[in-house]
Amino acid sequence: MSGAAALLVLADGRFPAGGHAHSGGAEAAVRAGRVRSASDLAEFCRGRLHTAGLTAAALAAAAAAGHDPLVLDEAADARTPSPALRRTARRLGRQLMRAARATWPGPDLDALAAARPKGAHQPVVLGLAARSAGLGPLDAAQAAAYESISSPATAVVRLLSLDPLEATAVLARLAPAADEVARQAEAAAQGAVEELPAASAPLLEITAEQHAAWQVRLFAS
Amino acid sequence: MHLDHAAPCPERHTASVTLPDGRRRALRVGLGGPVGSGKTATVAALCRALRDRYSLAVVTNDIYTREDAAFLLREAVLPPERITAVETGACPHTAIRDDISANLEAVEDLEDEAGPLDLVLVESGGDNLTATFSKGLVDVQIFVIDVAGGDDIPRKGGPGVTTADLLVVNKTDLAPYVGSDLAGMARDAEQQRGALPVLFQSLRTEPGVLPLADWVREQCAAWAATHAAPDAGTAALPA
Ligand SMILES: Nc1nc2c(ncn2[C@@H]2O[C@H](COP(=O)(O)OP(=O)(O)OP(=O)(O)O)[C@@H](O)[C@H]2O)c(=O)[nH]1
Ligand SMILES: [Mg+2]
Repeated sequence: MSGAAALLVLADGRFPAGGHAHSGGAEAAVRAGRVRSASDLAEFCRGRLHTAGLTAAALAAAAAAGHDPLVLDEAADARTPSPALRRTARRLGRQLMRAARATWPGPDLDALAAARPKGAHQPVVLGLAARSAGLGPLDAAQAAAYESISSPATAVVRLLSLDPLEATAVLARLAPAADEVARQAEAAAQGAVEELPAASAPLLEITAEQHAAWQVRLFAS
Repeated sequence: MHLDHAAPCPERHTASVTLPDGRRRALRVGLGGPVGSGKTATVAALCRALRDRYSLAVVTNDIYTREDAAFLLREAVLPPERITAVETGACPHTAIRDDISANLEAVEDLEDEAGPLDLVLVESGGDNLTATFSKGLVDVQIFVIDVAGGDDIPRKGGPGVTTADLLVVNKTDLAPYVGSDLAGMARDAEQQRGALPVLFQSLRTEPGVLPLADWVREQCAAWAATHAAPDAGTAALPA
């Protein structure tokens, strides 16, 4: 790891990149009654980590390793069937881009921002931001893997008034699994872009489409 | 590692006054305050009072999706392409203060797609007395309270009441019915705010929003004078 503190800044839930308005699919799962408790949250997060989390981590690692971000952006589209989730990923990518250019400015970020003014997929921007911060592919994967579970956990605290201590304990217990996912992602990022993991969670895709059509909701996704 | 330069980088500075094409961006005015104090009604009235004179747009931050934006659309105070709702993940104050990225994006997209604009009104969803706008998002902020929410609010203070560029005490028409002491509210507000202005308003009685609209016009004039259009070239600026 090249800069532990820089990774902490990037992965901090308070990093101002728009994530606070998104639940990572948790709001739909709560409404459907699939997440009612801390143990449900743990299972939801475990599922998300090994599917969307692994895919995002591999894209982030590949961007941090120097693969062409525009090729990775297409790879991310191919791995995101739901139009609602594509829109969310691009919106969050655009917001992360703004924060990254203010914190670790660099020509790679400028070039991607110019090529994708309405936003590239968030994991790609995350990997490039990590690279610009002097971090490596494993760091980027770690940030993406952690985010894939921290975002629903934070949202469920608000949605269910779940005890925040229990929610954080869920994250702590998943930490070894998140590390393992990050290692797999980093290993995959050493190969060709076409062979990056494409693990997907069909239920997350389907409920994201339904959630996007709700008239009343607390979270944007 | 890329470290930030000490020199300003206007192209990405969130509060930059210049748009990528060199024009001056719109003045951004934030309206915050407790739930139900009359922020959306004030925004609607301001739009009606100012839309003939200025190119206007509105950003709302609801707790639930699009309530306020839907009201403004129903009232047809502006064409739909000039109204954007930002979703706030159950925390409107986070979206206007701690992580302003979605709001900045909304403002910039409005400038891009409905611009050029003179004025953008950003309404915060109803929140608590500590909610204020980041200076990275708005240039001036108005805190809207009402007489029916308790006449002790100015005395309680809090960042909204004490630091907003303008404190609006709304719904004065209701004061007799709820037993609010307007003179006492004015005294408490002055104590908390010193020289900062306070405006008592009722949207239900004359002159309605007009005094507030005048204040906003002054802000627009000051904004234009301070940031003379860069494309005015070498035209003499006031000394
Ligand atoms: N009597 C009276 N009612 C008013 C006045 N201004 C607003 N209202 C009413 O107060 C209610 C709340 O007004 P809104 O404009 O929705 O309040 P808001 O601050 O936007 O509310 P949130 O966005 O939910 O925090 C509405 O029924 C308005 O019609 C006023 O000056 N006098
Ligand atoms: Mg409102």
